[in-house]
Amino acid sequence: MRATRLLAALGLGFTLFAHADTTLLNVSYDVMRDFYKDYNPAFKKHYDARFKDSITIQQSHGGSSKQALSVISGLEADVVTMNQSTDIDAIAEKGKLLPADWAKRLPDQSAPFSSLQVLIVRKGNPKAIKDWNDLVKPGVQVIVPNPKTSGNGRYTYLAAWGYALKQPGGNEQKAQDFVAGVFRNVPVLDAGGRAATTTFMQRKIGDVLVTFENEAEMIAREFGRGEFEVVYPSISIDADLPVAVVDKVVDKKGTRKAAEEYLKYLWSPEGQEIAAQNYLRPRDKGVAAKYAKQFPAVKLFGVDELGGWQAIQKRHFNDGGVYDQIAASIAKK
Amino acid sequence: MAFKQASVLPGFNLSFGYTIFYMSLIVLLPLTALVVKTSSLEWGQFWAIVSEERVVATYKVTFGASLLAAIINLFTGLLVAWVLVRYSFPGKRLIDALVDLPFALPTAVAGIALATIYAPNGWIGQWFAPGSVLGGLFGSEGLSLAFNPTGIVIALTFVTLPFVVRTVQPVLADIEQELEEAASSLGANRWQIFRLVILPILWPALLTGFSLAFARAIGEYGSVIFIAGNMPFKSEITPLMIISKLEQYDYVGATAIAVVMLGVSFLLLLAINGLQWWSARRLGRRN
Repeated sequence: MRATRLLAALGLGFTLFAHADTTLLNVSYDVMRDFYKDYNPAFKKHYDARFKDSITIQQSHGGSSKQALSVISGLEADVVTMNQSTDIDAIAEKGKLLPADWAKRLPDQSAPFSSLQVLIVRKGNPKAIKDWNDLVKPGVQVIVPNPKTSGNGRYTYLAAWGYALKQPGGNEQKAQDFVAGVFRNVPVLDAGGRAATTTFMQRKIGDVLVTFENEAEMIAREFGRGEFEVVYPSISIDADLPVAVVDKVVDKKGTRKAAEEYLKYLWSPEGQEIAAQNYLRPRDKGVAAKYAKQFPAVKLFGVDELGGWQAIQKRHFNDGGVYDQIAASIAKK
Repeated sequence: MAFKQASVLPGFNLSFGYTIFYMSLIVLLPLTALVVKTSSLEWGQFWAIVSEERVVATYKVTFGASLLAAIINLFTGLLVAWVLVRYSFPGKRLIDALVDLPFALPTAVAGIALATIYAPNGWIGQWFAPGSVLGGLFGSEGLSLAFNPTGIVIALTFVTLPFVVRTVQPVLADIEQELEEAASSLGANRWQIFRLVILPILWPALLTGFSLAFARAIGEYGSVIFIAGNMPFKSEITPLMIISKLEQYDYVGATAIAVVMLGVSFLLLLAINGLQWWSARRLGRRN
């Protein structure tokens, strides 16, 4: 009797399982956790109502490049949402899971929102840090994650590089010297953005933390707003945060329609509003106007101005690249 | 079969075959994959990757810190084992259980906890910070315990603590009291008993614990990365080099460094094993 009931229960379980509705896996990077925690329920509401379905979104978070590696090695991501396009390029190139021109398939080079590098200083700004050139001053300690292992660190490196390049009389050599000056003031190179935040906020090491604008908001929620100040530099880098459907996976799982809708909805007014609430700069003009107060206008330059991610990666961050030369020159002094 | 010796225990063929199969599946196969992956490199390319200045600096940090941590544990581990075996005191079982905790703890958690404690504003770190009571003993800069090679040694000492304790403990418990009594009645003082009677018995177990701790420390990543500071040429560990190669999707470069680590570790362990064998034989003859 008992066995029959157990079997019946099992059978029921299987039927339920067979009828399970669409499930998407979104493979993302570390600090996007908070955004998708808000976005996924909103999307589910929209999707279920429109397509008479019940969608489940699963999230996977980790370092951006590490996540891309997992997808290449076989993690079945329907969509990937990364912090720099080289990670999705790698999935296209090494994994052959989506076409190389993936960025053209959605508006804004497939980046529904962006962030930028800001300077976070201790309360009252005791070292009077106003702009990038204050970071090279002697006695100022700068906290930046390792550009070799963190997209966040790479954006900081490039922002400082671009700043120096755009100064009157700026050239490549001066830019390299300037960036070397910044990294000479770095006492700890954490592996990722969150670790750098911990070093700055919890261990109280350093005078200034350079990180994404939206991470600054996370710090405020975590540590309280009175603990630090956000300084907007005179110029910063536009950090586009790209997304893509992974073709091979969605075609195999039959989830293309849902996956495409999931990404498209990021550009909807609702999606853009959630982004703005998480301090990601929205593309939608209306939403941007509504939240203008929390996004001070900053002069920005794009990664493309420095030659695009692929060229940058090769020249600056690969082994033996400019960053390695800078690191070596600092260590020898 | 020539190498088969007559044994009183049955089932040699079955168990030997199973051992070989199991070792191949679990250990040799992944290692072979590692070597195969590197074999796509020319010898010159391989050498260029593994002998790069920055990578060589990490070998020194990793092997040096691991050696130091293993040596520290050789002494403290013996001490802990001694106390746990020879004395009885309230809370003994609790301390016994605590020894294994570094095993159970996810290494990243250990790393963050250690960094919190030893950072210049941490519970322990603050006493050594510049301008503090103990820090003053080390000059105006104080003594920095985290975010430098010292921090790496601290983390490695923590995660490898159980090895020496757990290898020495059972051997120490098995030493017969009569041996010491006999030595004492023959006029040996306490130090002589320890040095000439107890230590030789413990020596193989100590070496085993030492080599296990050393091997574990070499590969450790999670706990070290949070306390190391990761400064190029100063406090970067070799596993970090591997990770940063992987971040560049340079699988081959990563495996090349891994092969070097593997080779060096294997040689060192072999040497330690040889030492163990030699000391066991030498002591055996004396007995």
